[in-house]
Amino acid sequence: MSVVVSGDAAPAPIDFLLGRPSDAALTDQLIAPVLEPPKGFAPLLILTGGGTAVLFTVIAYIATTGIGVWGNNIPVAWALGIVDFVWWIGIGHAGTFISAILLLVEQKWRTSINRFAEGMTLFAVVQAGLFPLLHLGRPWFFYWLVPYPSTMDLWPQFRSALPWDVVAVSTYLITSFLFWYLGLVPDLAVIRDRAPSLLRRRVYGVFALGWRGSARDWSHYRIAYGLLAGLATPLVISVHSIVSMDFAISQLPGWHSTIFPPFFVAGAIYSGFAMVLTLLIPARKIFHLENVVTARHFDSIAKMLMVTGWIVTYSYVIEMFVAWYSGNELERYVQLVNRPTGPYAAVFWVMIFCNCITPQVFWWKSMRTNTTVLFVAAILINIGMWTERFILIVTSEMRDFLTSSWHMYKPTYIDLTLFLGTISFFSFLFLLFLRYVPFIPVSEMKELKLELEHHAEGR
Amino acid sequence: MPDMKLGVMAEFRSAEELLRAVARLRELGLRKLDAYTPYPVRELEPLLEIKRSFIPKVVLAMALFGATSAYILQWWCAVVAYPLNVGGRPYHSGPSFIPITFETGVLFAALTSFVLPLVLAGLPRLHHPVFEIDGFESVSIDGYWIAVASDDPELDRLRTEVELQGLGARRVVQVEGKRK
Repeated sequence: MSVVVSGDAAPAPIDFLLGRPSDAALTDQLIAPVLEPPKGFAPLLILTGGGTAVLFTVIAYIATTGIGVWGNNIPVAWALGIVDFVWWIGIGHAGTFISAILLLVEQKWRTSINRFAEGMTLFAVVQAGLFPLLHLGRPWFFYWLVPYPSTMDLWPQFRSALPWDVVAVSTYLITSFLFWYLGLVPDLAVIRDRAPSLLRRRVYGVFALGWRGSARDWSHYRIAYGLLAGLATPLVISVHSIVSMDFAISQLPGWHSTIFPPFFVAGAIYSGFAMVLTLLIPARKIFHLENVVTARHFDSIAKMLMVTGWIVTYSYVIEMFVAWYSGNELERYVQLVNRPTGPYAAVFWVMIFCNCITPQVFWWKSMRTNTTVLFVAAILINIGMWTERFILIVTSEMRDFLTSSWHMYKPTYIDLTLFLGTISFFSFLFLLFLRYVPFIPVSEMKELKLELEHHAEGR
Repeated sequence: MPDMKLGVMAEFRSAEELLRAVARLRELGLRKLDAYTPYPVRELEPLLEIKRSFIPKVVLAMALFGATSAYILQWWCAVVAYPLNVGGRPYHSGPSFIPITFETGVLFAALTSFVLPLVLAGLPRLHHPVFEIDGFESVSIDGYWIAVASDDPELDRLRTEVELQGLGARRVVQVEGKRK
């Protein structure tokens, strides 16, 4: 919905929606995945559902045994738990970027992919939240993080960065959910009014809350939706900045750096756009959405990957330069010796290849619109951004101030199973989302269609 | 007028037709009008005399309330309830209270912007008399509906029906006053 700023200065965005279907035809196309799911869904659901079962088994094992089953120990007190947490929460950021920031700057091409990206955000944040929760050791006492008058007379220590994280991540999860659901209400009403069976009409009717679409309701709705977009926008910046402060306000060489907040935010959006592509390319093919997700979308996303990829590359260079320029031998050792040539050098060079070299193919327009190239690049960037967090977190901790306390870190099978389990769980939730929710905004697309028609008529 | 009594309703095929119909009925002196559309049609708002939503003001107030409460709570925890001396740093460390203050402000604002439009639309309310109108389920698909309140003093049901037919309505419904 174009709500906040209006203006016709932008050139005709004709290629965001191919053809001129009628309102009814467009509606039917967009809700078809919910009403008539394509074949081949069941095996995927069983596969990812099985992975989810494994995840919960591992969680039960960790919760009952203790986090000693993870590979981290002093000095590497934070390892895969935090690597995975930062990776997942970073992925969420592109969803918010697409649905909120691109809405505010009136980028019409985002309309057809925004709900998809918001769904990705929501499920990625759910995965992210699991890791710190488990790292508590006794996750059932998570409410100790909340300030409440307890009989122990204890209060959280708000001068530490970790309670900031709790508030930032839970605010992010709640706001993302509200933004997603408010956008969904009119589209749930579409299924309520269009579904063939009474049961579905009733179920979707309940979730649509009785939406009627009166002009008065819309006038409040569109303002509030724009406000939520405006509120989600600073969250893109602030949540990952706060995550980065977990590291930046410590004194560890390789962490103690003022570049972290912008560096983390750029990396988050970078990895998130890569994940959008990873999910969007197969979904577009399976659901035949070539007319609403066009080459123009891929072109724009690839450009975003290039921009954020360069910011990330620049940050790597600056980190190393500042380490050298500071003259601090500990910083120099971590940045210039341990990372590129230490025991995890191979991971470092994978990171450089995936994050700095891969996006350079997007200098060519033919590459930006080739879905095979995009898909492979997106997978590489996903891997690259995971290795970045691994390098950043583990190599700083394993060799800190005193050589006597240096210690090699190795993840255990439990660490890796937990990570792969969250990928399954994420895919499982995402498949359920594709199956039961209209994942391309129906009412927004019809509004966009009206605007495009006005534009074509020169009004 | 979330609960206006429905008098005459008509369905049109496009936003343009609906806008023309609303303008025409206003020319006839009808004032108690409402429209139902599949997506927001902003041009309707001046025609129906809908004022700009007051939601932003409430949201701002709630954001400030949330942020202030969060700051006071942190100050109280760190200074009054549980002062902890960490290397002689001040108990009241303003800068380290900023992230939570900001996030809580956003949280309160987001909750308000979610709840208000739904409550103002009278939701959740799963049943509404308007859903009893034949064919009204097109409202979320491709139906652009206009409604005239039955208690509009200028309402002449027959004349309005003829007028709406002339404006190209796909369907005109006389809602009998059974809910009076």
